[in-house]
Amino acid sequence: MRREIPLILTAIVGITFFIQFFVPHSPMRELSETFSDWYSIISAFAIWLGGLNLMKISFEKVYKKDKDWFFAVTTIVSFFLILIVGLFFSGGRQYLEQGSGYDWLYRNIYSPLSATMFALLAFFVASASYRAFRARNAQATVLLLAAFIVMAGRTPFGDWITIYLPEGWRLSNLSNVIMNYFNVAGQRAIMIGISLGIVSTSLRIILGIERSHLGGE
Amino acid sequence: MSSEFGVWLAAFFTIGIASFLYKDNPLYKFCESVFVGISAGYWAVALFWENLIAKMFDSLGISYFFGLWPEKGALQDIFSGVWNWNLLHILAGILGIMMLLRLFPKIGWIARWPLSVIVGSTAGLWMITYFQSNFLSQLQKTVVPLFDIGRINELSEIGAAMSEQGRAIPFDAYFAAYLGNLILIFGTLTGLVYFYFSKEHKGVFGKTAKVGIYFLMITFGASFGYTVMSRMSLLIGRLYFLFSTWLGFVN
Repeated sequence: MRREIPLILTAIVGITFFIQFFVPHSPMRELSETFSDWYSIISAFAIWLGGLNLMKISFEKVYKKDKDWFFAVTTIVSFFLILIVGLFFSGGRQYLEQGSGYDWLYRNIYSPLSATMFALLAFFVASASYRAFRARNAQATVLLLAAFIVMAGRTPFGDWITIYLPEGWRLSNLSNVIMNYFNVAGQRAIMIGISLGIVSTSLRIILGIERSHLGGE
Repeated sequence: MSSEFGVWLAAFFTIGIASFLYKDNPLYKFCESVFVGISAGYWAVALFWENLIAKMFDSLGISYFFGLWPEKGALQDIFSGVWNWNLLHILAGILGIMMLLRLFPKIGWIARWPLSVIVGSTAGLWMITYFQSNFLSQLQKTVVPLFDIGRINELSEIGAAMSEQGRAIPFDAYFAAYLGNLILIFGTLTGLVYFYFSKEHKGVFGKTAKVGIYFLMITFGASFGYTVMSRMSLLIGRLYFLFSTWLGFVN
């Protein structure tokens, strides 16, 4: 029950999607569309599981008066605020429309918080690069130069420091060459490697050889 | 200065998160905890309307039954004697509830069933799509002539047009025509050789792999530079919001 049924379910769903690609006709097409919807429905429950788990942990923190329990209260209040507004006070299915309560919360709370959180990374990336980018060997030097050319070439500063070169031969052009050719070649090798890895891992999962998603048994 | 409450709230949260640059402080912790709660709630609401309502309640006909949706669903079809594949969405609902049982440690193992559907569909779908889009199409784009004759021929036309404006042909246009394909083929092949671990990286094979490392290093450097630039752009966006939308210093 605990292992066999999940293994069978994984195999059935995986094989259906696989066969559907080669036999895009009834009943495989309908079956794969059904499983695709199942995926969406279960994903929604998974997101709710995450939210409820967050609430469970936060309520426990408040109940036990753990360190910083006040911030758990903030998490609970903000979770329920957007939930109640989004479900009951945003016009139902039109919840995303401009002017709805959900949209207001998105524009004035969620969006500034997430954008600033990611913007902060600019500072941490800068300090990390100071440590990582020291030209200790030839390979690190190449990485450093590529990063510098791409960063400088995407700003007016890049063309300004190469202003003595003819137009069309400045750092922005070199940046284009690195992005469009050297970078693409490396990315392509990585992508081909990743796709082979995904194909083999997917086969292992469907055939039941890889079982780490069932708790590593 | 803005008089909108929403703008002041957004400015407060922007400054609160940015205050982490000084040090970890209560204001940052407050904003961080709001972010955690709001993010979880945001996705819960979005997926409730987009996935649960649209794909389960509507397709089953439950929304129609309660007069919340004009179209009939699988349950109405079944009672009329017509088979509707969407009836199977009841099973997805049951699997979804099984997923929620993860919250109760004693019966949490039941969540493996819906999880196996998610893992199985991802595996089945990605096996084909990645093989097509990342493997076959990337190989197809790599198997090209060493020199791009079309672009080489275009160079003279570009040169004529540029010389009329008193400008020279850009460096990247020359590179694309004469060396572009060569670099793409050579870089991809050497990069792949580096990723081939079934043979010891020695002799010619080892030297080729070493060239591959240099290509990969350029790729990592370029990706890093690009990521930094995108983060910088976000930072500029937030600063612009503070100085323009909120304070009104910049027009």
